[in-house]
Order: sequence, then structure tokens, then C-alpha cells
Amino acid sequence: MRHLLSISDLGVEGIEEVCRLADHFTEVSQRSIPKVPALRGKTVATLFYEDSTRTRLSFEVAARRLSADVMGFSVSNSSVNKGESVRDTVNTISAMGPDALVVRHRSAGVPHQVAAWTGAAVINAGDGWHEHPTQALLDCYTIRDRLGSLAGRRIVILGDVKHSRVARSCVRAFTALGAKVTLVAPPTLLPPAVDSWPVDIGFSLDAVLTDCDVVYGLRVQNERQSEALLPSLREYTAQWGLTVDRAARMKPDALVMHPGPVNRGVEIAPEVLDRPNATLNEQVRHGVVVRMAVLYLLLVADPNSP
Amino acid sequence: MEAEDIKRAVWRMAHEIIERNHGLEGVALVGLQTGGVWLAEDIAGALLEIDGIKPPLGTLDVAFHRDDIGLRPLLPEAPTRIPFDFDGQALVMVDDVLYTGRTIRAALDALSSYGRPRAVQLAVMVDRGHRELPIRPDYVGKNLPTRRDEMVDARREGVDIGELVK
Repeated sequence: MRHLLSISDLGVEGIEEVCRLADHFTEVSQRSIPKVPALRGKTVATLFYEDSTRTRLSFEVAARRLSADVMGFSVSNSSVNKGESVRDTVNTISAMGPDALVVRHRSAGVPHQVAAWTGAAVINAGDGWHEHPTQALLDCYTIRDRLGSLAGRRIVILGDVKHSRVARSCVRAFTALGAKVTLVAPPTLLPPAVDSWPVDIGFSLDAVLTDCDVVYGLRVQNERQSEALLPSLREYTAQWGLTVDRAARMKPDALVMHPGPVNRGVEIAPEVLDRPNATLNEQVRHGVVVRMAVLYLLLVADPNSP
Repeated sequence: MEAEDIKRAVWRMAHEIIERNHGLEGVALVGLQTGGVWLAEDIAGALLEIDGIKPPLGTLDVAFHRDDIGLRPLLPEAPTRIPFDFDGQALVMVDDVLYTGRTIRAALDALSSYGRPRAVQLAVMVDRGHRELPIRPDYVGKNLPTRRDEMVDARREGVDIGELVK
């Protein structure tokens, strides 16, 4: 594997390999000095055309824990503001010789383009509505850690599926590992070609709540709402929000997950987020070890890499 | 070497560990993944029989610390598990075969992320020579001169020498 652009690049074996490696890096993170020299001399550059706290920090921490050097790039203080094109920026950064480029962009397909322009390994850290593979990997790792395995588990992905790259990557990863995925969303927030996805579709959260193993809440993405798809946030919460009442009807060990950042009280009630079966902080923690695994796989473990 | 020879060698090494450390007070064992783990378990068992004390036993995977990282595909085999604090202890590292010494160098490097032992000693079942680093074992099951193109496999059931398949 040269790049990680989509969950499909990994396949079932690849996802399991990442989880297995992440177990090792979990152990590394618990050492009194949580750092290994595996990527000494390698450079990881982050190229973020969109805002991010957790993903970008997570990649940077992961790279540093592997002893790689980190080059940070963010649009707000770069020559992009002077009108530099993505291609020129990538050429400039590539000329400084990074071994991996972590790319986020508001348009789908940009990481694929970048992969054609650079000799570095490219990791998709989110492209438009398309994919966010490392998020799906850390979610798989979290479910595996809590529930043992994904096979046969019922996972409800709840909310704004249409605008969600996380949902697209998660559906691919969860179903590849044998989970049964149900999308629950207002009809206006389902993607157009959803019939071809390997999922069930429901319009009522109450109907699927009692026998699912995971409720995966998505953020209502106000910044991506170009048209009036929701009557109001209050109505959304009443119909599709994971309220305290609804959470009480879930199986006691069922998980509440969310990729963050969360709109407290919109998708999920604040009280529900603070319960022990809400995994938001674990997801962030697992993000670091899973990204260490991905960097290690791309930069070290691949026998074809130089 | 046959299974009986291995057993005798384990027994002798256990005695040497007790002698060298004047008992087992403050002694801990760490087996290197994966070949050293069975030997560390057997030595720990022998120590228990001889002295009535079972020292703390851990396992260490050194893949992330190797210096040939990037030269060949290198995936870790089994996670490290060191469920005890070894600061100030004498730590006996255990491996099946000592060859170039590079695994041991990596292991010494890895250990320093966990703590600072009072001393590190090395026990191996087979020392096959061809060292590339200034490393020597403290306890040896058997010195076995080999050629570089041979492969040495040391298990509970015995030691085999095979030709390296090219």
C-alpha cells in the first residue's frame, strides 16, 4: 500500500492489520517514555485546507511518538492567501522531501490528485463529503476494544449522512468487518445514491434503538448546509436526537459514539455524552495509536517502500 | 541438542543466575518476543523449583527499535507486557539465539523507555557467533559455531540447524 486514500485501499485484512499494530502502539503509549525510534529520519507533512483540531493534532502526536519530524501547513498563514494553487503548494512542500503528506481539503478527490503529484505517501485526512479513512479506522478500533469484534454487531449511523465523509468511510469499514449498519436520518439528509450502499435505511430512531449495539451520531454540519434541509434544530433533536429518554431505552452495554466536534444537545444530549458508554474521549485517544499504525504501515512495513 | 539437553541447560542457567545475583532478591526476567518467551518461562520455572521464588516475568517486542527498520518489512509479533516496575532491579533478558547482537541492542534501547534497571544481564540458549556489535551473553545454554548461511532454531524440543533458503 503506497497511500491511504480510501478505506477500500485497506480491505478487511488491512483494517485488521491496522488494529493489530494499534494494539502495539497502545502499549507504547503506556510506557513511561511513550516514544519509539521507528520513524527516525522520516518527515511527515500535514497539509490542511480545512479547519481541524483533533485530526491534525492527532497525526502530529502520532508522528512525533514514532520519532518522525513534523512539518505543519495551514491555509490561514500560508501563501494560499496569495493565490497559490494546490498543485504549486504540493510541489513546494514535496521539494522539501517529506515521506508522508497528510491532506485535508473541502473538495472530494484532492488527496487522490495530490498522490499523483508527489513521491510521498499520501494520507487522506478528509476530503469533502467523500472519505475520512483514519476516522473510520479509529472507530473500528474503539468498537473492537469495547465489544470484542464488529462481526454481527448492529450499528446505527445517525444524522447528517449526506454531508458526512465520516459516514462514507465508516459504512465501508464497518460492513467490511461484518457489522450490520442502519442509517437513520431525515430523508433530506440521506445521500442520493444511498440505495446502492450495503446498509439498511430507517427514518425512525425509536424503531431501531432498543436492539442496536452502537449509536454513531454524526454532527449536523451547519457549514455544509447550502439549502434548507431541516426545518429547525429543535425539530431535528425531537425526531432524531439521542435524548436522555431515548438513551435509556438502549441496551445497557450499547455504545454511544461520535466523531466530534459534537453539537451538545443537538445530536446527542449532554447527559448522554457524559456516561461511561459514550466513547468520545476513547475515540480521540485511539486516534493517536491508529494513526501511528497507519504511518508505520505506509512508511516502514511496506516491503515496496524505499 | 535434544529436549533433555535443553532442560539441563535451563537448569544450569537458572543456578548461574542465582549464584551471580546472590539469590533472587531484586531479579526480574524479560523474554524477547517471540523466541525468548518460552525460555524465559522455563528459566522462571526452574528458579521457582530451586529457590522457591518466582521472579517477575515480562515479554518485550523490539520491532520498533530495530536499526534495520526500512531495510526489510518489519512487523511486531506480539505486544510487550512488562507488568512490573524494574527500576533498580537486575533484569535478565532472555532470547533463544544470539547472533549479530542487533536484537539485543534494540532491546536495550526499548528497555530504557520503561525504566532504569540496576543491571541488565543476558541469557541465551544458543550463541552462534558472528557478532556485529560489542555485546556478550552472561548465561549461555550452548556455544554453537555456525556459518552465516545457516539458520538456527532453538525450541523446547531441541536445537536444529538448517540451511538458509535463498
